[in-house]
Amino acid sequence: MIPHTLQQRIAACTSCHGVHGEGTPGSGYFPRLAGKPAAYLVRQMQDFQSGLRKYAPMEYTVRQLSPAYMREIADYFAAQQVPYQRSAMPSVSAQTLLRGEQLINHGDPARKIPACTGCHGSQLTGVQPSTPGLVGLPYDYLSAQLGSWRTHTRATVAPDCMAVVAGRLADSDITAVAAALASRELPAETHAQAAGSVSPPLPCGVLGAKATSP
Amino acid sequence: MRRAGRQGDLTVKWLRRLFALLALLLVLLAGWVISVADVGHRADAQTTVSQATLRDPALIARGDYLTKAADCAGCHTAQGGQPMAGGRLLATPFGNIPVPNITPDQETGLGRWSFEDFWQALHSGRGRQGEWLYPAFPYTSYTRVTRDDALAMFAYLRSLPSVHQRTGPGSLGFPYSRRESLVAWRALYFRAGEFQSDPNQTAQWNRGAYLVRGLGHCSECHAARNAWGGTPSAPALSGGQIPVQNWYAPDLGTREHGGLQGWHKQDIVQLLKTGQSGKGTAFGPMADVVVGSTQHLSDDDLQAIATYLVSLPPRVAGPELEAKTHDDALVHQGQQVYGEHCADCHGKDGRGVAGVYPPLDGNPSVIEPSGINATRAVLLGGFAPLTEAHARPYSMPPFAQQLSDAEVAAVVSYVRHSWSNRASAVRPEAVGRDRHTPVD
Repeated sequence: MIPHTLQQRIAACTSCHGVHGEGTPGSGYFPRLAGKPAAYLVRQMQDFQSGLRKYAPMEYTVRQLSPAYMREIADYFAAQQVPYQRSAMPSVSAQTLLRGEQLINHGDPARKIPACTGCHGSQLTGVQPSTPGLVGLPYDYLSAQLGSWRTHTRATVAPDCMAVVAGRLADSDITAVAAALASRELPAETHAQAAGSVSPPLPCGVLGAKATSP
Repeated sequence: MRRAGRQGDLTVKWLRRLFALLALLLVLLAGWVISVADVGHRADAQTTVSQATLRDPALIARGDYLTKAADCAGCHTAQGGQPMAGGRLLATPFGNIPVPNITPDQETGLGRWSFEDFWQALHSGRGRQGEWLYPAFPYTSYTRVTRDDALAMFAYLRSLPSVHQRTGPGSLGFPYSRRESLVAWRALYFRAGEFQSDPNQTAQWNRGAYLVRGLGHCSECHAARNAWGGTPSAPALSGGQIPVQNWYAPDLGTREHGGLQGWHKQDIVQLLKTGQSGKGTAFGPMADVVVGSTQHLSDDDLQAIATYLVSLPPRVAGPELEAKTHDDALVHQGQQVYGEHCADCHGKDGRGVAGVYPPLDGNPSVIEPSGINATRAVLLGGFAPLTEAHARPYSMPPFAQQLSDAEVAAVVSYVRHSWSNRASAVRPEAVGRDRHTPVD
């Protein structure tokens, strides 16, 4: 007997991302979806549909989904509460981790790199409605995402603030910030912060900023 | 599979290609002469269509419907792009062909086209300057479209918002980069001519034939293509591998040895309307066709299509590949993989779950000759088509990440050889190849 539940319907999602969107930390590239803001998850599916974000298996999977169905799927994962798991870490020097922590908390004002916490929340657990948390993600996934923003295989609606930030990072910064994020201890409170609790230092299309014509 | 004599086959194949290439180079010159001479002769009976006619809402609405039946947007809309604004590259074995903008933009679209220009493209495969169009634009089928229908489609396209987007360059290699090279192709594979009703058939059958062979251009995928991209092989709609995309478009015959053997009219109507039927579910490129085109067709038109398809003649039995390629060890291993990953949804008996998961027993996409469809379905998984009837479809996990080439080959070989299925085994090397086929 097949249950008529959403969970049963979305086997294509859960086989990689986990039944509760817990991700597969062991494999490195299937990120956790549980507890991420729903509007962020919808935006990612839309970006895969339109080809702004490139990853063939995801583009194929979501190619026909309607806005209503995407929202339903996003709400499901956003509502999941499952413990975080730690994933394997590359061995990096203490100095690299220090640089990563510095970028996370303070950015690099000389190169106009804002702190991660400036948008993703003081505990990096994300901010409602559209900013994802960065804690509990595998090193491989984090570094691959920052890299793909630089190679334009991940993009989103303009102005694409993360593309600007990624473009200002040195290669070694990507290693540093991904390693520091992946090795962070989890905060006691892992839910996304309330909407409006941060003032983003850059204009972001995903947060409603309008693209300025060149 | 076809190991024996493969080297010899290859030599013959290349010799053939060499000869054909020489012949082609010869006709290039002839083609150039003919095309230059021919441009002045176009559209003898030019008629002017008034702007008022083109703005007639009823005509535009009919054109909207017909444009969906012809699935123009399927090619002329890029991923994430504006409707009908082109911008995508159509990959063919001869190189990439840019798909043009067909919105009414003056500079980059159809803004300066007259109806005669449009008719000439649809009916004769010629562009506005009289140039021969590449048959990636399926004028081999669209030539059967009536003038009335073409006018409605033109009116609809003219009613769309203009999008200013230039068509980029393609990447066709020589000699295909020269449109004159099409002279030989056209001589072999193209006959211009509107659809002619068969007086011995019912109106419903004729309507179905018109939709299948004209607007629907089904034979562009569901027929075997030769090395030159032509579809000369009889019988029509007997299935074929789609070049580059590498999906297999099954034989649409419903009678003996046909790909849809045992399908009733209602199964065909259901699949085209909802994306699913009791006999199988559309996926890959056909899912796009259902979502973008056939689900929007009227019940009358779907019944007409089904009436035509069930009338296709019985097929001759294919070669007995199965006995030669059957592999007990592979099938045994496949049974274990099936039990672990597939049986919960598709059933130990391969019958699926009605309205939820498709059957695998007798499923045309499971037993098609190449094995590509079942292999790629296992690798890619995905949702059933999202249609009005199935707004929240169920889905299948992609197994590319979980299963090795050997495991996929085993389970595909197992389902192709279980229950009533008797199709050939699939080798791990083939799975490795399919794993790396780009998804559209």
